[in-house]
Amino acid sequence: MTAPTFDGNAVIRVRGLRNSFGDQVVHDGLDLDVRQGEILGVVGGSGTGKSVLMRSIIGLQEPDTGTVEVFGEDALDVDEAEAIEMRKRWGVLFQGGALFSTLTVAENVQVPLKEFYPALDQALLDEISAYKVVMTGLPSNAGPKYPAELSGGMKKRAGLARSLALDPELLFLDEPTAGLDPIGAAAFDELTLSLQRTLGLTVFLITHDLDTLYAICDRVAVLADKRVIAVGTIDELLALDHPWIQEYFNGPRGRAAVSSVERAAVT
Amino acid sequence: MSAPADFQHDAANGGTLRFSGNLSLRSIGDLPERLAGVSGPVARLDMSGIERIDTVGAWLVHRFARDHAAAVSGLNADSQHLFDQVAGADQPIEMPPAPYGTFKRLLAEVGEAVIQAFRTLHGLLGFMGATAMAFGAVLLNPRRFRFHATVHRFEVVGVSALGIIGLMSFLIGIVIAQQGAVQLRQFGAEVFTINLVGRITLRELGILMTAIMVAGRSGSAFAAQLGTMKLTEEIDAMRTIGVNPMEALVLPRVIAAVLMLPLLGFYASVVAIIGGGLLCWISLDIPPITFVQRIREVVPITDLYVGLVKAPVFGAIIAIAGCYQGMQVEGDAEQVGTRTTTAVVQAIFLVIVLDAFFAVFFTEVGWN
Repeated sequence: MTAPTFDGNAVIRVRGLRNSFGDQVVHDGLDLDVRQGEILGVVGGSGTGKSVLMRSIIGLQEPDTGTVEVFGEDALDVDEAEAIEMRKRWGVLFQGGALFSTLTVAENVQVPLKEFYPALDQALLDEISAYKVVMTGLPSNAGPKYPAELSGGMKKRAGLARSLALDPELLFLDEPTAGLDPIGAAAFDELTLSLQRTLGLTVFLITHDLDTLYAICDRVAVLADKRVIAVGTIDELLALDHPWIQEYFNGPRGRAAVSSVERAAVT
Repeated sequence: MSAPADFQHDAANGGTLRFSGNLSLRSIGDLPERLAGVSGPVARLDMSGIERIDTVGAWLVHRFARDHAAAVSGLNADSQHLFDQVAGADQPIEMPPAPYGTFKRLLAEVGEAVIQAFRTLHGLLGFMGATAMAFGAVLLNPRRFRFHATVHRFEVVGVSALGIIGLMSFLIGIVIAQQGAVQLRQFGAEVFTINLVGRITLRELGILMTAIMVAGRSGSAFAAQLGTMKLTEEIDAMRTIGVNPMEALVLPRVIAAVLMLPLLGFYASVVAIIGGGLLCWISLDIPPITFVQRIREVVPITDLYVGLVKAPVFGAIIAIAGCYQGMQVEGDAEQVGTRTTTAVVQAIFLVIVLDAFFAVFFTEVGWN
């Protein structure tokens, strides 16, 4: 269990990844597989390089050594045309939403569509952005608003709408529920799950939110000691005798998340 | 790997469209246009022949079905779920309000600019008052004065600017002397180049150019610093801790600018005179000793006073405009940029307007 095994269905395959900033080594010999159609939760203490791992996979951070394969192709050694083809197939939601502040929400959603499919006419673009905005749980009047007029939770939803603009097969979410109220966070979890089922998405989900892990993740990868120390369902992880994992899932917050899942199962 | 999206129109039985291929964004091709061109009644949309469908394909099918009141059939369970989700998200599109016509928009923009100008003037006056109140509060309670912050600003506004202001003034002194000499030579009055250099730098250009340079260097920095602090809620945090941002941030900057500008302006004038003297020496053969003697004879001490009276006022204007615009930042990062630009433009504009008033005033009081 501790060593990721070869998986024929892997959408993302990371091998021997090493990242460092100056003297500080973030990852060393990191291996990870993300399977087709699953929601993989990535957890780890602060500073264990969860976001850096995501940035290495989507090509924003050049690793020192190691290989990253996405959709079976080497993501580190691609020419510009291949990189664009790859980017058409994934969507990324950054922590703060990263909406373009000078564009309205609808225009934000249209940016990737216009960039990759310039032939689409404006009326269709408006319709696509409108239904994407509604699908991510925003009211339809959010379309003509600017990001500065939205609350934090609405920004995340608008960011999600933009990351889903191209109907991607693979979705990267960086702490999507951080900073949301519990109701908003639960709704976002449900939304992610529903979209994953509807669109057949593979989701790479960085989170600190134990409720999210219990509610929607098929598997969880644990980052510690500069690598992925374990991947598996929460039950499988709990069977391991690693102090950090035990403390993470069996700490007071972990137990609270379990009991809330159990309560939800009873009702 | 998959066939492009396509459909066949079967006119029998009230009309059926049989879709085939891959109804996803990537292989949608000209499907939207072709669907728009379908004529005649269509009662059914048969989806059983498709390979794959995504939300864009589902939306096109949904839109066609809605507009033609046609029934959709033949989707498998997953696709049906997706289709229902997309159909459920069909809401009237909200667009931003339509822009006015050209003439109306012109009027609106002129009106807005006028209102904005008055609002800014009002805000700036209010901010000046708030700065004065903070200054008064610090005078009454000197322990609240931020000594270290102020001294740090001295360095940033004053000492760090010495190099660039010196170079600028030196070159300006040379240019004035050279151009003046060329013109005055026509009257055989080259020797008056000294009067020109000495008086114009001390009275006007030394201070004015320094003010413009400080507005560009420090006024913009004040606006950007305070604006960013406003965005990151640092200023709100200060208020909650009980620190008054007017005292902690604005006052040190204003005091630094008020005290540094006379010094920088005097320094600039002296360097400009040196530059002018150097040119006189080289091109007019006036030795430095004669140049200095002439300067002492022809430049009245009031010229120095004129410069030194103006300088602190300019410093206050620059710092207050910068801090005021910085404190007005709200919302997004773009505001920091526009507010910084406004701060510099406003500072330079006000400095030049005030300079004109000063020129008339000092002539009236007999300092000419």
